[in-house]
Amino acid sequence: MLDKTPDVYLRIEGLWKNFGVFTALREISLEVLEGEFLCFLGPSGCGKTTLLRAIAGLDLQTAGRIEQAGKDVSNLPPAERDFGIVFQSYALFPNLTIEKNIAYGLENAKRPRAEVKARVAELLELVGLPDQGKKYPAQLSGGQQQRIALARAIATSPGLLLLDEPLSALDAKVRVFLRHEVKELQRKLGITTVMVTHDQEEALSMADRIVVMNHGTIEQVGTPLEIYRDPVNLFVADFVGEMNQIPATAEAGGVVIKNVHLSCNNNGLSGSVIATIRPEDILPVEENGKNVLRVTIFEMEFLGSFFRTRLTSPELGEAMLMADFSINAMRRIGLKEGGKLLVQLPAERIKIFAEAG
Amino acid sequence: MGAQMGPKIKPKLGRDDWAQRSFMLVIGLYLVIALALPLYAMLSKAFSTYYFDLSQYEVQVSDGAGVFGPVQNIATLNNQSSPPIFDDLATNTNGRLGLTKLFPDFSFRSPVNYRFRAVSEGAIYLVGSERNAGPDWIELDSNTFRRVVIRPASERGLSNFTTYFSTPALVQSVENSLVIAVITTVITVSLAFWFAYALARSKMRFKGVFRMVAMMPILVPSLLPGIALLYLFSPRQGMLKELMFGYDINGPIGIVIGSVFFTFPHAMIIISTALSISDARLFEASESLKASRWKTFWTVTIPGARYGIFSAAFVVFNLVITDFGLPKVIGGNFNVLAVDIFKQVIGQQNFEMGAVVSMVLLVPALMAFGIDRRMQKKQVALLTARSVVYEPKPNPVVDWFFFAYATLVAVFIAGIIAVCQYAALIRQWPYNLSLSLKNYDFSRMDGGGWASYTNSLLLAIFTAIIGTIVVFLGAYMVEKTKGFERGRALFQGLAMLPMAIPGMVLGIAYIFFFNNPDNPLNFIYGTMIILVVSTVTHFYTVSHLTAVTALKQMDGEFESVSQSLKQPFYKLFWRVTVPVSLPAILNISIYLFVNAMTTVSAVVFLYSTDTALASVAVLNMNDAGDIAPAAAMGMMIFYTNAGARILHSLLSKGILARSNAWRKGA
Repeated sequence: MLDKTPDVYLRIEGLWKNFGVFTALREISLEVLEGEFLCFLGPSGCGKTTLLRAIAGLDLQTAGRIEQAGKDVSNLPPAERDFGIVFQSYALFPNLTIEKNIAYGLENAKRPRAEVKARVAELLELVGLPDQGKKYPAQLSGGQQQRIALARAIATSPGLLLLDEPLSALDAKVRVFLRHEVKELQRKLGITTVMVTHDQEEALSMADRIVVMNHGTIEQVGTPLEIYRDPVNLFVADFVGEMNQIPATAEAGGVVIKNVHLSCNNNGLSGSVIATIRPEDILPVEENGKNVLRVTIFEMEFLGSFFRTRLTSPELGEAMLMADFSINAMRRIGLKEGGKLLVQLPAERIKIFAEAG
Repeated sequence: MGAQMGPKIKPKLGRDDWAQRSFMLVIGLYLVIALALPLYAMLSKAFSTYYFDLSQYEVQVSDGAGVFGPVQNIATLNNQSSPPIFDDLATNTNGRLGLTKLFPDFSFRSPVNYRFRAVSEGAIYLVGSERNAGPDWIELDSNTFRRVVIRPASERGLSNFTTYFSTPALVQSVENSLVIAVITTVITVSLAFWFAYALARSKMRFKGVFRMVAMMPILVPSLLPGIALLYLFSPRQGMLKELMFGYDINGPIGIVIGSVFFTFPHAMIIISTALSISDARLFEASESLKASRWKTFWTVTIPGARYGIFSAAFVVFNLVITDFGLPKVIGGNFNVLAVDIFKQVIGQQNFEMGAVVSMVLLVPALMAFGIDRRMQKKQVALLTARSVVYEPKPNPVVDWFFFAYATLVAVFIAGIIAVCQYAALIRQWPYNLSLSLKNYDFSRMDGGGWASYTNSLLLAIFTAIIGTIVVFLGAYMVEKTKGFERGRALFQGLAMLPMAIPGMVLGIAYIFFFNNPDNPLNFIYGTMIILVVSTVTHFYTVSHLTAVTALKQMDGEFESVSQSLKQPFYKLFWRVTVPVSLPAILNISIYLFVNAMTTVSAVVFLYSTDTALASVAVLNMNDAGDIAPAAAMGMMIFYTNAGARILHSLLSKGILARSNAWRKGA
């Protein structure tokens, strides 16, 4: 073979989608690698579902090119593309049994019945519901139904799996369990997968790479760790995880918040900026030093595995710091509301951004 | 910033897209041909006036020796005497004018010859039945000239309307129609409201029976109560004529009572729905605030149901103002718009005036329709998924009061039908009260005999089958296909239109459109086909909405999933869409069946001797004075519809039982 299997499985170039005067997608360019699990993450209305539907050909983009497995599919109807899809609503056919639902895409004149039957059994086994084939969708739980929807989507062994908020309709517990299941299945099959979600935890825990979207554009593409550790702008910093955002003024070698000088990389910015740090990056320390502040615990909230606290300091002025401390740490320092302590804001954990427009 | 958008993507249409578009085109075309074009034909008719334009023709007359005199214009000839020989040149589309009167010494035996021609383009004249036109002279002997007639020229303008509004007898009908409709609306809505309230908010007994009785009027033609009222209250022989205190049942009183009868179920259904979706939590809140029953009624019940009440009012208004059968039977000399259309078209053959009355009738009908649509939309918005169903608590005084009230209403409704049944069975009212089936021997009456019944049955079956297929496919294309937005919006608009078009208007529009010899579809005129087409079209909107509602309840992503699995759309349609929608499909077909059995208004213009219908036969037999057989035929329609309803509910139950496993879950 002359062509090797391309590393890039799906290539999107200059994609636009207009609904009348509203621009839902603005010049999106993106590459999805063979076998990777990619998440589109963003608030509702950011265009993530629109982008997924354009990839599927369900709602064609206004302009731009989509290439799948080296083939231009930009203007093809869904039936001429190669993908399986799972929706939030499961979209299982209510009047067909589970077996018939899974077999729906397999049945055609050429394929012998026995083969279809064997494949359905295999898929039921794969999603862990081997005995449920004769039931109707309404007789299964939401989580089970979503696994059937998944089995149906991968039944024809498509090259691309699209998941449109697949877990959003489920209870918290089932959701966490299925995250793991879906991810496992994807790894086992090695199928290139694109998932849309507004749930950052879901994206962080499942994706190989995350595409953070806002207002129809891509804000950042990166691994979950990159997105979390090194957000490229205030939107990403704010949307993924919790983040302290404190107005500050840039100075040489750091920033100043009222009377507090913090050394950090200020990205060469000057004037008014926003200093950010994640709550769990604020550390309780024993003695004074660089970037160490004396603070009072204004309020604390028990969140199961940790305490979330709000810290004030006369030196910070109005600004309040949100910090998470483990139960152990709290016990060790023995603090309660109104208590005082020293905290450090590690320089490498402080990110400085220009003020939002 | 400054990002440039590349060239626009043009979708490549798949096999499914082509198939779906052709389907939609076919059904769209159906609506255009069966609705838009006929209405346009009627519209243009209303604005057309016809007159003989004599100046378009010239004549040359020879002497006995065959020497022709000067060329003379016909208009000049006509104006030679004062007043002109033909004084009134206005006519209608079928007008024909012979010319021999212009020649005082004309005799068909004289040896004089005539040359005749039309000098302007479009001017037409007939020699016998042969059509002629053009500026070439034709030469005729006097015997043939006798058979020359000229055809009218037409003109666009408002003069038909001027004539209409300057004819007091016609304008009076506008007032009559409005008065009748308003009075009926007030009575029906009040009666139906308390009936629906009793069903929804009390613990009275026999609710099922009351609900069934209240629905009975839907199963009979609107003119049937007229026959019952004649038996009960006719001035000379009515069973209860004393109750009229000398007033004549023929006229507004009869129309109003009969209209209340046939509009009652429509109002009751709408108000029942409105009451049943009120949120029970509001009542609990009101009760917990110690509000009196009366205060709760005015602050919770009425506001919650107000759109339903308004909607019911406009529906009733529309039904009454467009109804033709009842005022025809019991209207006496009290003219209403719908009957005027009939009289103009069938009685006087004045099609243009019929079209004008249709336009006048269209105004209130369209207004009521428009307002009703807005009400319905608001009503839907009140319904939230989290509403809790109200469960009434027993209250003996209130429950017995409502029981008495519902019994009164039920006796009125069942009584009307019972009187018809009685009338159909007695030998000769009021002289011979022995029972017999002789009134069912329709072969001895005018009106088409038993053939008209079988025709009606055929019409109902065809309408139910063909209509359901067309309507469901159309709704599917509108609701479940992608792209082609403008086409779909246009289709949706066309599908809503029939509800606003009174049957009489549709019927007359069909005459104009399909009875035109130039129309290639002319051949369906006078056949069963045109009856089916007009009936399906007449009852299209409600069926369409039923189908759309059912389709909307289905997951919108079924189509996406099926496409991603590379399955053709018709596979999904047959294996999922149709089975899941089966209850709605059955509802559409029974709706079409029952209405096809009872309808009079559109088909009264369109039936022929071979396709006489039972509902029209009731009308005609009644006209001919055979009231008892008319009642018998009306009852035949009732039995048939009742049977169809029973069959329908058995089928529905069977289907629900079979699909119980997947509809409800374990």
